[in-house]
Amino acid sequence: MKKLLVILLLAVVAYSLGTALMSVKFGENRLGNVQDEGTVSAFYLNNTPEKLSVANVVTAIVVNYRGFDTLGEVSVLFLAAMGLGSILYHRHKEGEEEEAILKPSSQLIQAGSKLIFPAILVLGAYVFIHGHLTPGGGFQGGAIIATGFLLMMMAYKDYKVSHKVLTWVESIAGVTFAGIGMWGLIVSQSFLENTLPIGALNNLFSGGIIPIIYIAVGFKVAAELTGVLDTLLNIKDKH
Amino acid sequence: MDLDNNLLMSIGVYGSAIGLILIGLYAVLIKKHLTKIVIGLSIIDAGIHLLFIAIGYISGGTAPIFSPAGEKIVANGGIMVDPVPQALVLTAIVIGFAVTAVALSLVIRLYRHHHTARIDQIKSLKW
Repeated sequence: MKKLLVILLLAVVAYSLGTALMSVKFGENRLGNVQDEGTVSAFYLNNTPEKLSVANVVTAIVVNYRGFDTLGEVSVLFLAAMGLGSILYHRHKEGEEEEAILKPSSQLIQAGSKLIFPAILVLGAYVFIHGHLTPGGGFQGGAIIATGFLLMMMAYKDYKVSHKVLTWVESIAGVTFAGIGMWGLIVSQSFLENTLPIGALNNLFSGGIIPIIYIAVGFKVAAELTGVLDTLLNIKDKH
Repeated sequence: MDLDNNLLMSIGVYGSAIGLILIGLYAVLIKKHLTKIVIGLSIIDAGIHLLFIAIGYISGGTAPIFSPAGEKIVANGGIMVDPVPQALVLTAIVIGFAVTAVALSLVIRLYRHHHTARIDQIKSLKW
């Protein structure tokens, strides 16, 4: 009976979504002429190469045009990591036997993960340093670095990451992001104003504050995700 | 013929996005295990992301990156796809990750308290 109701509801949802999307043709050009700047996307596509000299327009939108939004996003991620820690906080009682849920892994995984761990770190750093030139950016690079740490944690049962170091990296990266925003407010008129010289298109040193902010975001996301994974993997089972 | 092909493409792409959303909704509404409900929420997320990217796509468009190759395509009269949905989805993925992490931690907390993660076996939920 309940299943029938749910399927009926799903049919209603599917019908309404389908009829709404019937008028939205797939692959239709909705930007208009890019030179006319009739839509906000056309404005971004037309102005980003000359005014910011950032090759990746998505990065320009995320860090420059919508930089304040990204600051909020980073703080949401920080709040999630902090909330996870406080929800899962578990005081150790005396005389209570506890067992880690992680089991030791095989020799093959241990040797292999030790081999590719530095390569994963380098790839993550490459992705967030070149966030304004190639597809990628701070969030993606940070996630890649966190997967490297996840591999090490799963291969070695007693692999520890120092929470003090993670906290410091996270704090310094966050303060850098907010500080660059305040610098824009002091030097120019608005928060996160791009005040540095923008350089030439497709150079590593181009885009003004955008690469600096994305590197800070990369460090912050890597530290936060590593902290989250460490908290989740170090859950002890009560006996 | 060309129009037919386009219609098939839109049914395929939008259909798979809506299908993912429906699968996720089904899991959230029917499944009893809390971990499966969280997985359902993630599947809904994936469907919405696919829908966003599909709406921003322009046929024949290239990635919105002004690398030397991209600049050549634009100079030859090519077009770039809409960058705004991609930027929004980048935000949405990160928020989705945060939501999943907090939801899973709440599931772990419930499991510790009730020794089960199935909502039909948690007695204090019944009235």
